[in-house]
Amino acid sequence: MKGGHMAGIVGYGAYLPKFRIKVEEIARQWGADPEAIKRGLLLEEKTVPAPDEDTITISVEAGRNALRRAGIEPSKIGAVYVGSESHPYAVKPTGTVVAEALAITPEVHIADYEFACKGGTEAMFVAYCEVVAGALEYALAIGADTSQGAPGDALEYSASAGGSAFIFGKEHVLAEVLETYSYTTDTPDFWRREGEFYPQHGGRFTGEPAYFKHVYNAGKAILEKTGLTPREITYAVFHMPNGKFPLTVGKRLGFKTEQLEVGWIVPLMGNTYSGSSPTGLCAILDVAKPNDLILMVSFGSGAGSDAFVYRLTDRLPEVQDRAPKVREMLEGKRYYVNYGTYAKFRNKIKLVE
Amino acid sequence: MPSPRYWREIPQRYRLEASKCKQCGVISFPPRAVCPECKSRDFDLHKLSETGKIVTYSVIHVPPREFSGHTPYTVAIIELADGVRLTAQVADASPDEVAIGKPVRLVFRRLFDEGKSGIRCYGYKCVLETENV
Amino acid sequence: MREVAIIGAGITKFGEIWDKSLRQIFVEAALGAIDDSGVDHIDSMYVGSMTPALFVGQEHLGSLLADYIGLTAVPATRVESACASGGVALRHAYIEVASGMSDIVLAGGVEKMTDGADATYALASASDREYEAYNGVTFPGLYAMIARLHMHKYGTTREQIAMVAVKNHKNGSLNPNAQFPREIALDTVLNSSPVAEPLTLMDCSPISDGAACVVLCPLDLAKQYTDTPVKIAATGFATDTIALHQRKDPTVLRAVTSAAKEAYRQANINPSQIDLAEVHDCFTIAEICVVEDLGFVDKGAGGKAIEQGLFALDAKLPVNTSGGLKAKGHPVGATGVAQAIEIFEQLRGNAGKRQVKNARVGLIQNMGGSGGSSVVHILTVV
Repeated sequence: MKGGHMAGIVGYGAYLPKFRIKVEEIARQWGADPEAIKRGLLLEEKTVPAPDEDTITISVEAGRNALRRAGIEPSKIGAVYVGSESHPYAVKPTGTVVAEALAITPEVHIADYEFACKGGTEAMFVAYCEVVAGALEYALAIGADTSQGAPGDALEYSASAGGSAFIFGKEHVLAEVLETYSYTTDTPDFWRREGEFYPQHGGRFTGEPAYFKHVYNAGKAILEKTGLTPREITYAVFHMPNGKFPLTVGKRLGFKTEQLEVGWIVPLMGNTYSGSSPTGLCAILDVAKPNDLILMVSFGSGAGSDAFVYRLTDRLPEVQDRAPKVREMLEGKRYYVNYGTYAKFRNKIKLVE
Repeated sequence: MPSPRYWREIPQRYRLEASKCKQCGVISFPPRAVCPECKSRDFDLHKLSETGKIVTYSVIHVPPREFSGHTPYTVAIIELADGVRLTAQVADASPDEVAIGKPVRLVFRRLFDEGKSGIRCYGYKCVLETENV
Repeated sequence: MREVAIIGAGITKFGEIWDKSLRQIFVEAALGAIDDSGVDHIDSMYVGSMTPALFVGQEHLGSLLADYIGLTAVPATRVESACASGGVALRHAYIEVASGMSDIVLAGGVEKMTDGADATYALASASDREYEAYNGVTFPGLYAMIARLHMHKYGTTREQIAMVAVKNHKNGSLNPNAQFPREIALDTVLNSSPVAEPLTLMDCSPISDGAACVVLCPLDLAKQYTDTPVKIAATGFATDTIALHQRKDPTVLRAVTSAAKEAYRQANINPSQIDLAEVHDCFTIAEICVVEDLGFVDKGAGGKAIEQGLFALDAKLPVNTSGGLKAKGHPVGATGVAQAIEIFEQLRGNAGKRQVKNARVGLIQNMGGSGGSSVVHILTVV
């Protein structure tokens, strides 16, 4: 898909819950060695959604932040797409609640997306395409999750909650989309069957045949398409299932630590699934400068990657301060919980109905 | 919470839509047919401000059924910047952080579920305003 | 308007009355009142009950209860004003006699709260369901917010608030019909389990079953039935916003002040002439606000007054000699009428160990919700 029509992100915003649990606390619960986990996964702590938070509430708060930066009338948004693997209903859209809360209804197209961890970038892809095609003036794309890890499983150290929202348009663009590219195959590395509470995964199979194959190929292909070399990219952000994978694939693609570290927020955030690379993108947008080039490659198990290259405009500095920043959310006021509270918040304890 | 009763209050619970008396300027939330102050029947739509402060509060230990398993939680009467008062929970903060006069901001949260198979009910709560977010 | 007297009363013990249904307890109280008054017919009846539908799935109480008292065909009206249902039933019975519409009218109240319904949900129907209860505030939570603000504004202490329960239990220990006829210590109140901070379990009136009835007739017929009728000298009733947050000052119960003002006006007296009062201590803090808003003490001075014993049984203005809602029990719809019965018996000299000397003018104050409605009556010896 060719970009360069000056369509892109007009407003962006993220939201992370305030609760956290440390890797040490989860390791303590299961008798694991916290230092080994921290070394192996490069994780410190992760976000925990409060009992009254879910993908809908996270999407609304992220959406509000995006609107603050976009500075447009919400009713001008023609589509709301929310990608998640933890939509609050099995049947009833997340997007309708979000659109009502953001005062975008009723003249709006709404669809929910899911593709494991890349539901967010799918929403972004579709939103961007509708704007670039001229079908809509503005479209809102959100990636948000309150992901769940089975108790005692490795994923429990990383599965976290949070999300980001992006309003796409052609006017007042702060990040022009230069190029998009998707790379997708049928790869059963991680899944959840209907009615099951926890997902399943293929252990080490989730590495090379899944994450690395798709992220690497998407990253390589989009660079070729744009004719850019890694050195010309200012920041690169990849899907972050743990701290190690994005650094490994980034190095493999030819990026250096300085290019990777701004978006590399997983050690404090955990893996917000559909919110992962999108929130990493927000962290970059919070500090980046006009004319910077950004590469974003997501990954969703199943499996696929969506890649975007953005060029930032003069408008970005005008709006960065209009809403809370990701670093503030990561390092600001937060509440640490113990495993019992975490299990209660995450509904891992069966309460009497 | 039956769907019609939930759905009808969406403009108020999701978007804080109130009514402002054209005659005396008093804001009513939820919107009313008659101004409680001057009895006029003419109103403009008014969206409530999202920041305010705590007027009074209590920490609930014996909850209604919808909130069981989540005590203790804090409820408060808050006064918004435009003078309107609401009853709302104080989310996230622990009860000992709450005090009369502290600044708050309204947020969107899920209040409760109608059991395992009923609708999920959303609305407003408030959080303590910190320097960061 | 004719003058009206109470000529008889009947009341059940309050508590968890497992073996009797709603209709059975009301019939017991009604027959007690009819027998006590010695009337041989009833022209009309009013029954106050907050929510028999939510508690036991029953409406149409007028028809049901008239039927079971043996008064089929009599006009019977169920009255509702949340926890003020009984007091408002009394008011309407009074108005029907005073207007000349009827001569002998039964006024009663009943609530059956222990048959397994979700009492928290039912009681929350006295608040604003969509803008208070929906957001998670409970009944005790509303009064707790009043308490916290009262403490903040006036320096009222936690201990002073708790002393209301101590006083009322002291009185209640002398009341054979009370649900909890025993004294409690201040520490017990302070250390009981938290319900809605700062209020604890012992700050809250209990869940109770019970019924109470009185018989009214024109004053000039009263002596036919009893040597000791008691006159209803005044009735005042006022509403306020249903939601606590809609009131300019949540510590001021405007409905109480307005209802009392009207009652004092009708009886042509001022607060200092009241000898004793039964007030609506659904929660301890309510009594503190009410004694202020009735004009017994200045606004904000209620806590100090309780601490100084100004409202004790042997003081100048005993409040809640029955034990109040706290010790006597609070079967919601019955309370307003039960309060009237306490003053009625006090003014007749029938209050046994709780008897207040020279009781001539009594006040009863009944209140709905967090103060959304309040009804005040003044009773005097004849």
